[in-house]
This record gives sequence, C-alpha cells and structure tokens, in this order.
Amino acid sequence: MSQTTTDDVLAPLRRVFANDAAKVAVMYIAIWVVFYAFGNHLGYGNSGMLSLVRRVTFLAAVYGIVVLALNIQWGYAGLFNIGVAGFMAVGAYTVAMLSSPPAGSPPGLGLPLPIGVLGGILAATLVGLVAALPALRLKADYLAIVTVAISEIIRITYNSPAFSDVTGGARGFGNLPTSPVETLLLQDPTSPASEATSLGETVFSFAAEYGISQFAVVNTLYTVGVLLVLLVVYLLLERAGKSPYGRVLKAIREDETAAQSLGKDTQNFKVRAFALGCGLMGLAGIVWFAMGPRASVTPQTFRPNITFYIFIALIIGGAGSNTGSVLGGALFASLLFEAPPMIRSIIQETFQVSANPGNLIEALIPIASGNLAPLGGFLLNNIDSLRFIGMGILLVVLIQRKPDGLLGARKETAAGVPLTADTRPDTGRADADAAAVDGGETDE
Amino acid sequence: MSEDDAPSVADADIPDDVDVPEDVEPETMDSDVEESAKTVPRSVPLRVEGLRKEFGGITAVDGATFAVEEGSLTGLIGPNGAGKSTTFNCITGVHEADAGDVYFRGEEISGEQPHDIVERGLVRTFQIARQLGEMTVLENVMLAPGGQQGESITRSVLPGTRGRVVAQERELREKAWETLEFFELDHLATEYAGNLSGGQRKLLELARALMTDPSVLLLDEPFAGVNPTLEEKLLDRIHDLREQGLTFLLVEHDMDLIMQNCEHVIVMHQGRVLDEGPPERIKNNEEVIEAYLGGEV
Ligand SMILES: Nc1ncnc2c1ncn2[C@@H]1O[C@H](COP(=O)(O)OP(=O)(O)OP(=O)(O)O)[C@@H](O)[C@H]1O
Ligand SMILES: [Mg+2]
Repeated sequence: MSQTTTDDVLAPLRRVFANDAAKVAVMYIAIWVVFYAFGNHLGYGNSGMLSLVRRVTFLAAVYGIVVLALNIQWGYAGLFNIGVAGFMAVGAYTVAMLSSPPAGSPPGLGLPLPIGVLGGILAATLVGLVAALPALRLKADYLAIVTVAISEIIRITYNSPAFSDVTGGARGFGNLPTSPVETLLLQDPTSPASEATSLGETVFSFAAEYGISQFAVVNTLYTVGVLLVLLVVYLLLERAGKSPYGRVLKAIREDETAAQSLGKDTQNFKVRAFALGCGLMGLAGIVWFAMGPRASVTPQTFRPNITFYIFIALIIGGAGSNTGSVLGGALFASLLFEAPPMIRSIIQETFQVSANPGNLIEALIPIASGNLAPLGGFLLNNIDSLRFIGMGILLVVLIQRKPDGLLGARKETAAGVPLTADTRPDTGRADADAAAVDGGETDE
Repeated sequence: MSEDDAPSVADADIPDDVDVPEDVEPETMDSDVEESAKTVPRSVPLRVEGLRKEFGGITAVDGATFAVEEGSLTGLIGPNGAGKSTTFNCITGVHEADAGDVYFRGEEISGEQPHDIVERGLVRTFQIARQLGEMTVLENVMLAPGGQQGESITRSVLPGTRGRVVAQERELREKAWETLEFFELDHLATEYAGNLSGGQRKLLELARALMTDPSVLLLDEPFAGVNPTLEEKLLDRIHDLREQGLTFLLVEHDMDLIMQNCEHVIVMHQGRVLDEGPPERIKNNEEVIEAYLGGEV
C-alpha cells in the first residue's frame, strides 16, 4: 500500500475514500446537500425541494451514463467519437418509433417497451458500426470527421419533411412511450393525472402525507430508476475495463503498433469498444429523452452541443476512469445546468440587485465612478450565456493544470486482479540462478 | 496458455488443403523455391526472399534474401541505415514490403497482419522501445500473453465467467512477477512504464516479447543501454531458451558480442545481404570489413 503510516488517524478515512463507490457517494451526497441548502435558502417547501433535488440528480445520472459510454471509446481506446448526440438520437428515435402509441403523431408501432429499448440500443450500435468500420481502419482524425458528420446526417434525416410520417420531421414525436414507472403506478399511463393502480394508490397516499404530488412521485421514482441504470452501466464498464479487455484498449490508446506486435487484433478490439459505447449512448438517449421528465424526441434535442458537454464532463472527471466519468457527469450537470439559476436567485434575493443595464457597455461605464451594481446586474441577467464562458475557462484551466481530470485517473490499472506491490508472490529471488529457473518456466 | 499450434511442418510440397499429421518431421526446402534452397541439415522457421522496401526515394531494403535456422542464434549486422530494422518491420507486418516474400515454417506470411504473425509464434522487439507509458510495468507485461479469456467483453463482465477470468489473471500476475524479477524490473512493477529509464525500457520490451510465448524472436538491438552484468545474464537466458528450442535473430552493433554468441551472422549493407556465414568467415571477409568493420582503413 502506498499510504503512509504517519498519520494513523487519517488512514482509515483515506482508505474509505480510496474506494470508488465512496467517492461517488460523497459526490452525490455533496450535490444533494448543496442543492438542499440552495432550496432552503430560497424557502422551498417539501415538494419544491424534492423537485429541485430530483432534477439535478436526474441530470447528473443521465450525464453519468453517456460520459461512461464515451469513456470506453475515448478514455480507454482513444477513439475520438464526436457524434455522441447522433447515437443518442438513434436510440431515442428508435424507441419512439417502436414503442410510441399508434394513435400518436407521428404514429409509433406500439410495441412493448423492452422491445423498443432493445431495438434502440441495437440500432445505435449498428449505426455506430456502419459509420465506424471503414473509419476505424484509418487514422484517428478520420474517425472524428466521420462521427461528427454521421451525427449531423442523422439529425438532418430525422428533421427532414420527407420522413415526417415516421419521425415527425422538425416537430419530432408528439406522443412518447410511457415509462415503466407510469405503467406500474397509473391506470392510464399516458396521462399523469389519471387514476392510480392499486400499487400506485399505496405509493401516492404515502407521499401525500409529505405533501408530495402524484406527478412528483412518478418523476422521482423514474429518477431512481435512472440511477439504477447508471449503476448497472457503471458496473458493466468497470468490469470490462478492469480486465484483459480493458488492458488491450489502453494499450491501443498508448501505442497501437505495440499492441499489434504483442499479438492483439487491435481492429477487433476497437470495433467492439466502439459498438459497446454507441449502444450505451443509445441507451442514454432513451432514458434521458424518450421518456421520463425530460422526454422530448425532436431534432433540436440532439444538436451537437450535447456532444461537447459530454466531452467536457469526461475531461473534468478524468478520461480513462469510470468513476471519474460518473463524477465528471454529476459535477458538470449540477454546476452548469442547475446551479447558475439557483445562484442567481440567491444573489438577487440577498443583495437586491435591481440594476438592469441593456448591454455590456452600459454595465461597464459606471465602474469608473465606483458603481459595480450595473455590472453585477448585467452578469446576473446573462448568467445563462455566461455560464458557457465559465465552462470554457474551466476547461482551459483543467487541460493546462490537470490534464488527467479531477481524479487524474487516466492511469487507473486495467486488470482483473489488484496489481499492487504486495501482490508479489514470495518466491526465492535472492540469487540470479533461482530467478533464471523461475523465469525459465514462464516460457514453457 | 494455449499450446503452440504453429505447424510443425516446415516446408511442405503438399497442397494447402491436405491435412498434415502433426508428427511429420520437418522436411527440407521445397521445390518451387529452389533458387534459394541450400542443403540445410536443420529446418528453417524463417525465410526471407528478395525483400524490398522503398520509402519515397530511399530503397531501405533492396532484395534481401536470407534464412534463419531452427534453434539458432543468428546475428544480423550492418552499418546504420543498412535496412535491418526495416527488414524486421517487413517480416512482422508492421510495414508492407514492396516486393519479396516472407515464409514462416513453410507458409507464406507476407501481407499478414502483425497480430496474426505473432499468433504464429514470430515475435519481435523494437529498436526504440515501445513501452505503454500510462500503464504500469506489471500491466505492460500482463498485456502480452495470448489466449487471455478476459479479452472477451462478455466473459469479463458476466458473473458466471468473471471468476475464471480473475483466476487466469491471478496466474498471469504471478508469471509476470517472475519475469520481472528475472529482468530485474520487479522493484519497478507498479511504476508507470513512461517513467522508466532507456535501458529499463529495453528490458521491459524484451520481457514483454518473451511473455507472448514465441518460437522465433527477432530482437532489434535489445542490449542497447543495458548494463553489462545484466547483458551477460540476458545472453545466458537467450542461450537457455535456445536449448529449449527457441530461435533468435539478433540485430546488434557490438561485434564482440555477435562474434562470441552467434553461430551464424548475416551482414546487410545498403538493403542487401552482403555476406552470411559463421563468425570466422565474416571476420575475414574483405568486403564486410570494408563496409562495416572499419572500412576506411
Ligand atoms: N518509416 C520510414 N520512413 C522513411 N524512411 C525510412 C523509414 N524507416 C527507415 N527509413 C530509411 O530506411 C533506411 C534503413 O533504415 P533502417 O532503420 O532499416 O536501418 P538500420 O539498419 O536499422 O539502421 P540502425 O543500425 O541505425 O538501426 C534508412 O535510410 C532510413 O532513413
Ligand atoms: Mg535499426
């Protein structure tokens, strides 16, 4: 173990924190605490508080899933996929086409949801393979170009009036599949206000005691479901990464020729990693956009900027680390999307910033006379656009200062067993002869 | 580890589709390559015919033809830029040769993928070590062996098969530690390969190549930067492995080392084989002396 024994008090704490599960748990709890504090400060009631925490958790979780999917491609194998949005779109659209009610506009096939979800994942995988197979043979740059192009082609195709009977064209899907939570709890899953099923009755009446509405219960349970999906995806990729498979992927990322010269069919490994990643992006697209509280399957949903958010989140967390991916996703989603409006409300409430300059010039000029309020007001009013500038700055700083991400985990070991120094078998190694005999056996 | 399934038939004049019994002893060269067929007592696992490789205007390898005998330690020498490394690259599929053929155990392997060639048992090291910098030394070594169960995603992930993957990993880790001990890299096992010194990187390169369980090893200046004591030890190891049936083709600039350890020496010059034979013969060849052993005298 690399931990020093000097400060015995901190050692157990550190050991707990060295555990990946603990890191993720601490991150989520910290986010909940911070948002609880935000909500508290703004005087939210039970249901407002629940919906705030629920929203940030949902976003953190779906980001976690896509970032994990990108991590197996880019973090592990070094495959530069800038078409993340496109693969998510394929997943979400396919589910919408397969499992939406036939009565909706555009009509879906009304197939059971599990079939739809499976179909969505498969479709995203297939599109990934068709796009990438030729490009994976070429240099990394070509893959980047091909993926960004395919992502746009997908979006434009879905947007096209020519296919609007099936895809809804520019307006997208009017009626999306119902989530399993809705199906379980509501007699008419398509309407959130409908009568509850007997299970729903129990759940809703329990929640009602805390003043939580039926609608909030459905969304909260769905978010818990998404957290479970995140957990499953995480465990899956953690196992895939911490195995000889993950080891070969990392070797490809480091030096493909070296991996080939050690007998690894690198093309095959890359194709499998790419397919797996695309399938999981499809899954993320499904749980994020095809149902649940943010359901929206339209071409605008899948603009390329999502792809860049995902990359930023992965860089923040640390490419090459599954735990880092989950952390990066959670941190990014909460910082960029949910925190700024909260902070604005809090500042506005605390400091009564009423100045409302029309543009940056009007905001800057009063500084000369020592009046900072107009600038403050300007910044607050434009926090929605300014947060992207902030993200850009954060990204630049991170890449310069901590290129391996917050956790610096690009160098996580990839093996099915621990590879620490204390794993050395205690064979006789005092003299060279013994070592020669030992070594001799390795080549039999 | 899987058994060595490289065909035991060296050069068969049997059509491809006929199954060759495994116990057939290697025959001598076959008839359609008569021009190069020499009366060799031992079988020839590696044979290169008229190999040619151009880079833009430079002809790096210009019709090189040679053979490496089973169980031998063959030296490949020549001045800088003679085309030795390029020859290795063409043999192992890293570069595609412009012309010429490479035969491994009687089968043509020209144009095959590097990983297929490694699976046949023909493995090489690089002159400039290709350590995987952001992986630990132990990971580097554990990467190498073929036939790892856990290279399948499903087997690594599914609960029923994960156990077997982990068990194999445990065995592999033990073997890796032993190998590292031999190469005196064990104290660096958990270090990132990118932090190794030049000599240590060469050692890691060699250790990794050995972990692939090769039958023929092409070593491109493996001792460059390695301390003399360890060099002796590695040479001893190479001789041990030869006794176990491994074949070595060794590129090396240290003439004393070549002359003392190799039974056969191939001299390359300007992409061609200038001469080959036992060390005594090479030492006394005027042309070789001219080209390499201190020509301008
Ligand atoms: N990838 C490449 N691109 C262009 N030219 C190359 C390449 N590889 C080798 N060459 C050229 O081919 C010639 C032979 O190079 P090679 O590396 O095979 O020599 P070598 O015999 O290994 O020399 P050394 O003893 O210095 O390692 C040189 O002139 C070199 O410049
Ligand atoms: Mg060379």
